[in-house]
Amino acid sequence: MDFLNIQGIHHTYFTKNSATTALTDVSLTVEEGEFVSFLGPSGCGKTTLLSIIAGLIQPTEGTVTLEGKKVEPTGQSIGYMLQQDYLFPWKTIEENILLGLKISNQLDSTKKAYALTLLKQMGLKGVESQFPKQLSGGMRQRVALVRTLTTEPKLLMLDEPFSALDYQTKLKLEDLVSNTLKSFKKTAILVTHDIGEAIAMSDRIFLFSASPGKLHKTFIIPKELREETPFNVRSHKAYSDIFQTVWKELESLEPANKY
Amino acid sequence: MSPRTNIDLLHQKYLHSLKREKRWVRFYQLIILLVFVFAWELASQKQWIDPLIFSSPSKVWTMLLTKIQDGTLFIDLGFTLSETVFGFILGTILGTLLAAILWWSPFVSKILDPYLVVLNSMPKVALGPILIVALGPNFTSIVAMGAIISIIITTIVVYTSFKEVDPNYIKVLQTFGAKRLQIFKEAILPASFPVIISTLKVNVGLSWVGVIVGEFLVSSKGLGYMIIYGFQVFNFTLVMLSLLVIAIFATVMYQLVELLEKKLIKHGS
Repeated sequence: MDFLNIQGIHHTYFTKNSATTALTDVSLTVEEGEFVSFLGPSGCGKTTLLSIIAGLIQPTEGTVTLEGKKVEPTGQSIGYMLQQDYLFPWKTIEENILLGLKISNQLDSTKKAYALTLLKQMGLKGVESQFPKQLSGGMRQRVALVRTLTTEPKLLMLDEPFSALDYQTKLKLEDLVSNTLKSFKKTAILVTHDIGEAIAMSDRIFLFSASPGKLHKTFIIPKELREETPFNVRSHKAYSDIFQTVWKELESLEPANKY
Repeated sequence: MSPRTNIDLLHQKYLHSLKREKRWVRFYQLIILLVFVFAWELASQKQWIDPLIFSSPSKVWTMLLTKIQDGTLFIDLGFTLSETVFGFILGTILGTLLAAILWWSPFVSKILDPYLVVLNSMPKVALGPILIVALGPNFTSIVAMGAIISIIITTIVVYTSFKEVDPNYIKVLQTFGAKRLQIFKEAILPASFPVIISTLKVNVGLSWVGVIVGEFLVSSKGLGYMIIYGFQVFNFTLVMLSLLVIAIFATVMYQLVELLEKKLIKHGS
């Protein structure tokens, strides 16, 4: 049985003056332990799809099952990391990373110790009592990752988590996130509009086309690239070939005279 | 000299200059006060202004001393102060509570919207006579005046701030399976603390207005009564004294709110 199964998702947003279809007929499956990317131009409904998978939005049509069960918004089996860190500025780092446990009433000393160990593993020692404002953007995003991981979700969703960071920090974080998720054998979905990032991090890439958003094509990343860290993938000889393939496909989706 | 001690020295110098500036600011503030008091006294002595209406600092001072000695000032002050503090706290808490209810149920908020607009535009002190008839000419009705004057505006301002909390904070909590109460406790309320504090500051002033007007109407005790009594018997020294005491204690209350602000809002900066 598939780990994550998305069947026939349609979603339409209604407002007073319009009905906008964000997604139409999206079906895909993700295996356990797999890292996949949703790639596509803006407005292709990637974030909507993530919200549906997380159970935050009810799709107009279609079903999402995780390990054969329908997802619910109250389940803690899904972790969600947003574009910006969204750490709570009035909470210390420690309070921030324990937030998920506190909300779901699972906070005990072992879980707390686990969260603090994770923080250390991310190279953030001695920041527990500081406030988010005192940390740099990259550090904050790492804290946000710890916050997402402490509840031990089965599926992790990353919604352009590196887009607000500078390039160097982004490359470093890609490696860190990739290694961490691999060592925990987490299943993850990355939403991005950066082709390089999608290739460097994932096992499969789902390419979406816009208005209305639908699944256009699936790319399977060759095995030799999957085994490398994201940073090394970028300098691998197979990288530019697949980059070109994805690039051309993405180009074909958008009219060339758009600029 | 090593660069390290040099930096320390420069820092010392910088701190010193800051201190000096602060001293000068305090000095000029004091000068303004002294000049004002002196000019008032002089103008009154020389009959440039009518001493019957404008009184003089020395007369106010003498009256202050006698009223402290016979203890009557403390009785009036005690009444007014407790009424204001109660009215202020009640107004802020009830206003915030009402805002929380509106946030909790968007449907209720849509229903109540026109009523809030009407109540907000209405001059609340006009309700004074009704309150006094309904609750009796006593402590309760004056506290009610102090509270009612700030409730609606608190509700509106705080509710607006509740609604403007970044939805992504709510999304973070929802992905952890948070219930509505948890969302309120963890995100909505703490994110709105700065706004609540600033309404507190406004409410300090408003509650004083409500209470003083209430005392005008009830006319039995308090600093507001002192003003209206002084006005009726044409004893303006009494009015001035009352104003002075009000100014001092309203300022103290404001400072206390600022202290609370520093306690409540810490983001480690």
